[in-house]
Amino acid sequence: MSDDLTLAGRSGAEPPRSRPARTGEPLLRAENLTKHFPIMGGFPFKRKVGEVQAVSGIDLDVHPGESFGLVGESGCGKSTTGRLLTRLLEPTDGKITYAGRDITHAGRKELAPIRSEIQMIFQDPYSSLNPRQTVGAIIGGPMEVNRINPPGGREKRIRELLETVGLNPEHYNRFPHEFSGGQRQRIGVARALALEPKLIVADEPVSALDVSIQAQVVNLLQKVQREMGIAFVFIAHDLAIVRHFSERVAVMYLGKVVEVGDREAIYNRPRHPYTHALLSAVPEAVLTEDTGGRGEAKERIRLAGDVPSPINPPSGCRFRTRCWKAQDKCATTEPPLVQIAGNTAGHLTACHFPEDPTTAARGEDIVMDKALREMEDAAPADDTAKTA
Amino acid sequence: MTSSSQAAGAGADNPGPGGEADLSSTRVAKDGEPAGRSPGQLMWMRFKRDRTGMISACVVLAFFLIAALAPVISWLYGKDPYTRYGQNNPELLNDNSYPVKPNGGIDSEFWFGLEPGLGRDVFTQLIYGIRTSLSLALVVTLLSVLTAIVIGVAGGYFGGKVDYFLGRFTDLMMSFPNQLFFVAFTPVVAALLVDPRDEMPTWLRSCVIIYVMWLLGWMTLARLLRGQTLSLREREFIEAARVAGTPPGRIVRKELLPNLVTPILVQATYMLPNNVTAIAGLSFLGVGLLEPTPDWGRMFAKGAEVYQSDITYMFFPGGAMVIFILAFNLLGDSVRDAFDPKSGR
Repeated sequence: MSDDLTLAGRSGAEPPRSRPARTGEPLLRAENLTKHFPIMGGFPFKRKVGEVQAVSGIDLDVHPGESFGLVGESGCGKSTTGRLLTRLLEPTDGKITYAGRDITHAGRKELAPIRSEIQMIFQDPYSSLNPRQTVGAIIGGPMEVNRINPPGGREKRIRELLETVGLNPEHYNRFPHEFSGGQRQRIGVARALALEPKLIVADEPVSALDVSIQAQVVNLLQKVQREMGIAFVFIAHDLAIVRHFSERVAVMYLGKVVEVGDREAIYNRPRHPYTHALLSAVPEAVLTEDTGGRGEAKERIRLAGDVPSPINPPSGCRFRTRCWKAQDKCATTEPPLVQIAGNTAGHLTACHFPEDPTTAARGEDIVMDKALREMEDAAPADDTAKTA
Repeated sequence: MTSSSQAAGAGADNPGPGGEADLSSTRVAKDGEPAGRSPGQLMWMRFKRDRTGMISACVVLAFFLIAALAPVISWLYGKDPYTRYGQNNPELLNDNSYPVKPNGGIDSEFWFGLEPGLGRDVFTQLIYGIRTSLSLALVVTLLSVLTAIVIGVAGGYFGGKVDYFLGRFTDLMMSFPNQLFFVAFTPVVAALLVDPRDEMPTWLRSCVIIYVMWLLGWMTLARLLRGQTLSLREREFIEAARVAGTPPGRIVRKELLPNLVTPILVQATYMLPNNVTAIAGLSFLGVGLLEPTPDWGRMFAKGAEVYQSDITYMFFPGGAMVIFILAFNLLGDSVRDAFDPKSGR
């Protein structure tokens, strides 16, 4: 991506915000945020026969100008959390506070003044743009709804925004189907920026894009975040991208936050077994000579089975069914999300039996999957046989 | 160009090709700046390449023109559909009240011949008949499409209880066998409005037909639109609009409806010929418009009475109907192909 992008109309007026102070009032606070989707069934009168506990009681703080990452595997409630934070969904329980105002159950009219301050970037660039509207109409729509009339007119501002996100301002009259995925996602970014928001919830903004395009879009988001001082909630399943983008990271598993902390703490000093497992699953492409071309020695953990169903989650700690350290206590008592001994301030972990704060290789790999273990046990024998 | 796009959009408002005119004007206005082609423009380009579609559009348009210009044509032609030429001039009909000349009395004066019995002019009867049937069908189609949009979009967009009750109502209306219902109910509704001993004015009778057909005409499209709305509602651009605080009315108008133009147009082009045949069917069965109002369907009834002696009287209305329905259905296919090139035939 070209580096000569200028944030037209803004960069001059507002000095780029430096690293935000962690102290002070959070911009967005979620307390015990819960969303259960009812499962309806029965005949002839439908009634609730169960519920999908998509998000069950999570606490989050997003500070002004901060980039907050939310990671976890598919189906763990990341996207639902994002939609709750933007109030596209109404929480079943808990409380959301934005800049000191309770918006948990606010209606459309009450939300109206806040709508321009919280925006969202969507996952699928092919369904997030109305195919029947021009790029100008798509980006200008939010301005029109919120009656924002920038100096020089909306069209001028939209063209500036197009330039900001690295598109040609002449694309104003084009239609979404004429653009590639990456370009469409830039249009989505421009739409989110149109209202000059204070917070953007980016729901897997790059996971639908090619890897080469992913970097461009992430860099664009980072530029926007730094130069405009917009707080980001960056939802992703790609740990590398979150590491690149976010200053603070929360790890979710089955509707719960299992660990939250600074990027440094989560990536280098993780305590929760699930975080260890996630990090060990990241493929390492770095080859160094002193480790015999095998990359830096890293712990290896292979989990077995699938994430349990959120309709009937395990009792106590939700990760216990796949955890190698699980004991009886894990099934009876749910571990609280607290700062455990040896952690830096703000690094919270929900685990009764935390791991050592390191990602270096263990004496022995943890392989929970029986079949995989058998295969891996057999493999080294072959290797030695060949080399001998 | 505008003319056939009107034909394509007959029976429904058409923002698709309509928006295209505005866009092409912007393209000229902006100095050399590339303007994109809207889905509507692309549809129009695909449609223009489809020869069958263009020909049937012309045929359909011709029918609409004939219907609209029937008084002008009849004035130029110098006849009207009410005068009993055959009875006024005894040289035209024989003792059995059939035209004297061969082929139903076709000559330079009466292009399509004379009606056996009353001796009226077939050509003007036919064009006025087309006029009545087409305008009734057009009104029925418009009303049905509007109702379907309201009920389908409301059900799909609001979901929940609204959807449940609208859905059951749609199912209820669908469970009536419509042809039977038309035949049974047109006289009932007519009797409710006017004492059966009095004569019913033509406009009121038209209203009754329109009402009965509209009542049972909207359900299929409403269901289709409900389904489409349901799937569109979950698309992220709707969520994006909601995140920006867009009121529901604007979401429906600006985000949903433009994406529903395709099914609406396609269905409307199938619905209109169906309504034409249904109205003709009602007239054939004697519950449609009554004498002396010229009517397409009633010409078949008369033609069926006399076809053994005078096949020509059946030939012209029948031929016109076959051509019209065929052209309109082919047009419907072409419109669908143009809008949605991915779905095969």
